[in-house]
Amino acid sequence: MKIDNLAVQVVGDPTGRQVLENISFEISSGETLCVVGESGSGKSVTSLAIMGLLPAGSLKPSRGRILVDGEDILAASPARLRELRATRMAMIFQEPMTALNPVETVGEQIDEVLRIHSKLSKTARRQKVLAMLESVHMPDVERIYNSYPHQLSGGQRQRVVISIALILEPRILIADEPTTALDVTTQKQILLLIRELQKKHNTAVLFITHDFGVVAEIADRIVVMNRGHLVEVGTREDILARPREAYTRMLVSSVPSLIPQKREAPVTDIVLEVQSLSKNYSRKRLFGSGGSVAAAQNVNLTLRKGEIVGIVGESGSGKSTVARCIVRLQDPTSGAVLVKGEDIARVSGPQLRPKRQRVQIVFQDPYRSLNPRMRVGDSIIEGLVNFGTKREAALKKARELLGLVGLSDDSMQRYPHQFSGGQRQRICIARALALDPDILVADEAVSALDVSVQAQVLKLLGEIRDRTGIAVLFITHDLRVAAQICDTILVMQHGSIVEAGPAAEVLTSPRREYTRTLIDAAPGRGWDFQNFGPLISGAA
Amino acid sequence: MPAIVNQPHADGNVQMLGDPSLIVHATPAAGFTSQLISSLRSPPVFVALLILSVVIVVALAAPLLGTIDPVAIDPGSRLRGLSPEHWLGTDAFGRDTYSRVVYGARVSLIVGAGATLMSITLGLLIGVLAGYFRAADAIIMRVMDGIMAIPSILLAIALVSLTGGSLLTVLVAITIPEVPRVVRLVRSVILSVRTEPYVEAAISLGTRVPTLLVRHMVPNTVAPLIVQGTYVFAAAILTEATLSFLGAGLPPEIPSWGNMMSEGRMYFQLLPGLILYPGIILAATLLSVNVLGDVLRDLLDPKMARKS
Repeated sequence: MKIDNLAVQVVGDPTGRQVLENISFEISSGETLCVVGESGSGKSVTSLAIMGLLPAGSLKPSRGRILVDGEDILAASPARLRELRATRMAMIFQEPMTALNPVETVGEQIDEVLRIHSKLSKTARRQKVLAMLESVHMPDVERIYNSYPHQLSGGQRQRVVISIALILEPRILIADEPTTALDVTTQKQILLLIRELQKKHNTAVLFITHDFGVVAEIADRIVVMNRGHLVEVGTREDILARPREAYTRMLVSSVPSLIPQKREAPVTDIVLEVQSLSKNYSRKRLFGSGGSVAAAQNVNLTLRKGEIVGIVGESGSGKSTVARCIVRLQDPTSGAVLVKGEDIARVSGPQLRPKRQRVQIVFQDPYRSLNPRMRVGDSIIEGLVNFGTKREAALKKARELLGLVGLSDDSMQRYPHQFSGGQRQRICIARALALDPDILVADEAVSALDVSVQAQVLKLLGEIRDRTGIAVLFITHDLRVAAQICDTILVMQHGSIVEAGPAAEVLTSPRREYTRTLIDAAPGRGWDFQNFGPLISGAA
Repeated sequence: MPAIVNQPHADGNVQMLGDPSLIVHATPAAGFTSQLISSLRSPPVFVALLILSVVIVVALAAPLLGTIDPVAIDPGSRLRGLSPEHWLGTDAFGRDTYSRVVYGARVSLIVGAGATLMSITLGLLIGVLAGYFRAADAIIMRVMDGIMAIPSILLAIALVSLTGGSLLTVLVAITIPEVPRVVRLVRSVILSVRTEPYVEAAISLGTRVPTLLVRHMVPNTVAPLIVQGTYVFAAAILTEATLSFLGAGLPPEIPSWGNMMSEGRMYFQLLPGLILYPGIILAATLLSVNVLGDVLRDLLDPKMARKS
């Protein structure tokens, strides 16, 4: 397949603004080409253009050609395009739940492709679907055939989507962030599966991702995109080890290393002590109680002044529940949360309110963390005014805080929608710091950010810790981020802490099997991005 | 025709909204105001706005529009047709139909506005309580379900027969069945905003509950309430007309469109205008309000908008 000088523009925009400009690259069979770029770089628009799926009425290709086996897709008729889509090129999406029809069994959904595009008999189709499910390593394929999507796990659903995409053995598979919504261990399995099927059918894979770890793992060649332009195309070694463009260099070096820096464990006062914290969710039934689910069991942790403690784990491990209990957005079922020796787990109402000053939280989604109807300045001073500071004094402090997080004074008068995601997260940090808390809880605070912005915010958090001596409880699913910033790491699984210790120890010589699995599954762990070379195991 | 003081203002208003010079400058991607202006370019919306504006102006300027006393009885000229003295003729008591239609607009608009205001205010208060306080929720919502189970016309007839027909009774009778609908709407918005990170951030910043509600949560209900308000407005006007037609509404001497149709019923074959004039205006007003409500909904709630 060959993309030649492709440009896409917004329909009906008189300024003729281009969403994509001068995109040219090739991909040959059996090859994996990774398209990387930050949000808004145009990687998804590129993939939609190849599939002929650009939203009609809002985006249209204005120039260039997309050749698949010599046939120009942009010139193809809708009927021809439909045929090509199944037989020559297929696509898998990020969220397998929404990509599947919830009211049809997965067998029928895979069968549909064959029904439309082949003349096989019913039994032959069934045989073929079962064989396909077999080849994506599904257990008990007869049962899976008759299952509905909600009965499968996220990884299994993505396997079904891959089956649908590959059952007609297309020449090109376009994968748009196929593993982003999955846990690392599942991600690893899916990546291996794609690789295996690619080898078997000699498929060309166009893999779109923002995750350089995944890129280092699977790419043969890499396309780097930024703001609708092609920055650089090259082999994996070219891009990761010898990037020519400054942008690529910046991007690659922003990827945090999995190897933690050596840090002295702080020997300071304990500011937070969590003692055998548990949280049970009770299932509601119409009559009687339906039992309960333990989201967190017997969690113990201590946090010292100036220390950054990371809680890592896969989704559903209970790390956010612990964070929310400590901030008292949820009430713990049992256990104690001692902030400077005072238990805040049992108080409520007016007794709790003054204690809230001591613990502040920064959330994951910067777009929902600020009231869209309030000026940034008013958001930052809200806590100060709540606790009796005069407005003028609070505004003065807010300006200082904005300076601390690297934003200018005039930000005070603006509304959240005028800021980018990274800037909003800075504002959220400023708001959390306004009350001079002892503890800052960062719940996946950098997970929604692009890698270069992520690096800046992590740096900022480190600086704030050094300057103010605040203690940070850092919740993340990303081991790289944890390695970058945390002094101590706790690993959670099924609501319990399975391993705890200094970051360097946990990440380089884990004692528990589960921790080792997590580290092994982290993509691209053999590559040291910041030093543009393979990781030398001795350096750890 | 006597001087019409308010009309130039009204005309000016309508012209401004339809002014082509304003429309040309509006860009499709611009904000709410220009979207509003661009949606006014569609003829049905423009006509709806025109009709509603005329009804409002007529209601405000009723005494200046060549009307005579709408309740004055003139037994000498009963059931007359169109004439220079009585533009739309007279009814069975010799009252001027034109004047009664014009003053009827006042009654309808007062009922519409009053019921909307009352049901939105009450619904907002109760809905916020139900949405935020979990303990109150179970009780409040069961009471609301109970109210919704009562047929609204039956409730109105019961109230009017208990307390006698007056404007206030009719308003209360119309408001009560509307309140649960508003409560459900407000409660659903508050429930979904409760878990927004910015609300949780405000909680951890120590914001007190009343401030939290007013500053962070209630503003989210404004847009859906405006849309709901237009439907309540139309429903209230219709319910008043229905009640009056059934004789369970306003006292018969009050010139309301429903009363006029009720009395005109007996003379329909003789003078169909007695039912047709108020009926046509009632229908046109309701249609206009509903069309404008749809436009507001499309603008304020893009998710609900029909795909164009």
